Amino acid sequence: MDAYLEGILILSGINLIAVMGLCLLTGFAGLFSFGHAGFMAIGAYTAAIFTKMLGLPFVFGIAASAVSAAIVSWLIGMATLKLKGDYFCIATLGFGEAIRLILDNFQGLGGSRGWPGIPASSTLLNIVILDIIGVVLIANLVRSRHGRNMIAVREEELAAQVAGINTYKYKMLALVISAAYAGVAGALLGHYMTFIQPKMFSMVKSTELTIIVIFGGLGSISGSVIGAVVLTFLPELLRVVDKWRLVAYGMAVIAIMIGRPRGLMGGFELTPASFRKLFAERKAAREIKAASRLYSDDDSAQGAGR
Amino acid sequence: MAQFLQQIVNGLSIGSVYALMAVGYSLVYSIMNFSNFAHGGVIMFGAYFGFFAMTLLKLPFLAAFALSFTGTALLALLIERIAYKPLRERRAPFLYFIISAMGASIFLENIVIATIGPTFRTYPKVFSRTAIALGSIAVGRLDLIMFFVSAISLALLVLFIEKTKMGKAIQASAYNMKAAALMGVNTDQIVMIVFILGGILAGIAGVFFGMKYTVYPQIGNITTKSFVAAVFGGLGSLPGAVLGSVLLGIIETMVAGYLSSQFRDLIAFVILIAVLVFRPSGIMGKISEEKA
Repeated sequence: MDAYLEGILILSGINLIAVMGLCLLTGFAGLFSFGHAGFMAIGAYTAAIFTKMLGLPFVFGIAASAVSAAIVSWLIGMATLKLKGDYFCIATLGFGEAIRLILDNFQGLGGSRGWPGIPASSTLLNIVILDIIGVVLIANLVRSRHGRNMIAVREEELAAQVAGINTYKYKMLALVISAAYAGVAGALLGHYMTFIQPKMFSMVKSTELTIIVIFGGLGSISGSVIGAVVLTFLPELLRVVDKWRLVAYGMAVIAIMIGRPRGLMGGFELTPASFRKLFAERKAAREIKAASRLYSDDDSAQGAGR
Repeated sequence: MAQFLQQIVNGLSIGSVYALMAVGYSLVYSIMNFSNFAHGGVIMFGAYFGFFAMTLLKLPFLAAFALSFTGTALLALLIERIAYKPLRERRAPFLYFIISAMGASIFLENIVIATIGPTFRTYPKVFSRTAIALGSIAVGRLDLIMFFVSAISLALLVLFIEKTKMGKAIQASAYNMKAAALMGVNTDQIVMIVFILGGILAGIAGVFFGMKYTVYPQIGNITTKSFVAAVFGGLGSLPGAVLGSVLLGIIETMVAGYLSSQFRDLIAFVILIAVLVFRPSGIMGKISEEKA
């Protein structure tokens, strides 16, 4: 395959994993994070420590990145999830920036100059495999009792609480899982670039991930998948108008919020069942049309006979 | 001791500019209950307005200054009309406001990069760079002017909010928007006024910030710090925003002076997290309760 195309596919696969996590957190649990790039940074550096410094296989690096990001997110969640929504989002912003600045100043891991020489273990194959696992896990989680509880928390926290849902627990669950996804995405990114730098995980990256989720449609997994692929390819296609790319991006975000707040897919899912339903509807429409034609033929025949 | 006093002076001057930015944030938050992330973009535009008014239009400083804050007031109002008003009318949840604000902020930053370019620009010299010696400490002329103009603007704002009828309406809307509307307050007008006030302060802050450092498209990112200051003092509380900003300015210069300048940026976020964990309502914020 063309190396350039493969590179973009790999990047969209990596974005897809991070976006899957955010899709759960923002789309289903209704929490908004400005700090997911921070979790990616934790994942990237943890995985690099495992593979580069300790010489362990990549699988361990990935597992460690998920666990470390999950633990950190749990600590943050304990401190801030009991606060009102806005404060949580501010806390994630502070946390994301703090992680970046700490890594910037920590010379042991390269500091702000970055950390080169990470083994190039991320391939299209293992990223696709992780993507599939990631999507299947989230899709099943969302349709389970836990997923429905998260949606209830998103829709009306007070009502969910009154109905006996432990809202704190479900918000925490969504946060920890999404952080683990971001951690894995960070690990994959580091092992694809073979170089990591705190600057790669700035607030801009967090914003980019959130925009993908919104573009795809809050509460739609297939929307997030499409969003991740489209919005990773789009900048490449728009290379010629590079400077104006983010201008259009900003306008598009406002336009979506005002005009189509549910995003591209907006709660609608592309699943085998939805395809079947679509075809069934088409078929039914054809049959009705045919039947009506039959009926009108009948009618005219009768008229002629009279 | 002299060094300590010097740091306090430096901290006060930078803290006063943070205060201008933080008050803009806090004003919008108190009325609309969401964090206006587009505020940074407005401040950045203020810095550019002032810069071009002085270099291209060759206006004297005071005229450029006035042009800048008029421009930012209009810009803030425009953003409200385009990006927030439709959401307000739909009674959208705060999430949508924040995302829309983010979109506006991305748009503002990048339209400057696309049209003017990402280069750093330096303001022409307005005030003499020689510092005024006060005993053993030196105070920069710009720092002094920054401090006094900020203090006067904030005092005027407080007077406006405390003494005028419109100010009372703002207070009422901040307390309970629905009830204020029922009492005959034109809340749509109040929102516009709040954005204009925030815009004016943003313009002043932008010009000063550009003069003290340089002008560049990412200047708006500095507002994350004023945002930290607003949370530190208590979101939605104006005196809190001022106090938080001044304290943050002093703490930052102290850290830079006594520990290491590398920790300067970090300390802001450490404070943010500490405040959120131990006292989320900030120093003097209203108690944050979920309105049901």
